[in-house]
Amino acid sequence: MSTPKMNATGEKSPQTRAPLPSQVVKEDEPILVAAAKAGDISAFETLVSRYERKIFRLAQNITQNREDAEDVMQEAFLKAYEHLSGFQGNSRFYTWLVRIAVNQALMKLRKRRPNQVSIDEDVNTGNDLIPREIEDWGPSPEERYKQSELAGILNSTIADLDPPFRIVFQLRDIEELSTEETAEALGLSVPAVKSRLLRARLKLRQKLDRYFRRSENQ
Amino acid sequence: MNCKTLVVELEDYLDEELDSELRTSIEVHLAKCKNCKLIVDTTKKTIQIFCNSEPAPLSEDTRHRLHDALVKKLGRPRA
Repeated sequence: MSTPKMNATGEKSPQTRAPLPSQVVKEDEPILVAAAKAGDISAFETLVSRYERKIFRLAQNITQNREDAEDVMQEAFLKAYEHLSGFQGNSRFYTWLVRIAVNQALMKLRKRRPNQVSIDEDVNTGNDLIPREIEDWGPSPEERYKQSELAGILNSTIADLDPPFRIVFQLRDIEELSTEETAEALGLSVPAVKSRLLRARLKLRQKLDRYFRRSENQ
Repeated sequence: MNCKTLVVELEDYLDEELDSELRTSIEVHLAKCKNCKLIVDTTKKTIQIFCNSEPAPLSEDTRHRLHDALVKKLGRPRA
């Protein structure tokens, strides 16, 4: 069993990622959750405001459908409120909320495409993972694009991945769940999460290459 | 360590879950192999770019519908 790379605040090591201020877990989260559990509605509303954009993006990336994503977001917050008394605080509230949203999103996805989506089926992670003729991107390739352009590139790039890879990447590298949390949320083994994640990361790297390679931009 | 075996260990290397011996062996290979070094660097960058991307604000309509659903459930308008 591998060890999740989390520091005391639940964030990943900054070596490969530098969280933006909005991504850092705020220290008041347990206080807000305790207040919401005690019936303080405004505390729950603060949690909703804090996470609504992230939960919507998560739902959008999984379902690839705006209307479904909106339903998933609403259902996730309503379910979280309904089951708040059962939240034991063994994980971050946000991680718990993500799991609820993922379940809702997967149900939507399966309903919409019953024969196409199975997150737990064996997938071919292939042996063709070694890319060739790699080019350097330079230190900050994302800065060549405006914020809105970059968002469009990232959205279309992740949308191109097949669901089993897209969802694992979403949970591990965007929502920053640990490998074990991702495996549990998706009902997958840890090795299955790892192999899908590697495939997803390399596929995304390959897809971003056309935007970020130095020779295309000099 | 060669290019093929590096890919096998790449996932754990990126997530810093390798023991120091294997990690050193990968780093020795990366110092010699420009292609693998670029794969590792650009894959790290890929993760970082996605991880640092901010979610877009919700549209007004979407926020209103969420607001209405919560009012129904929570029993009073949100602040």
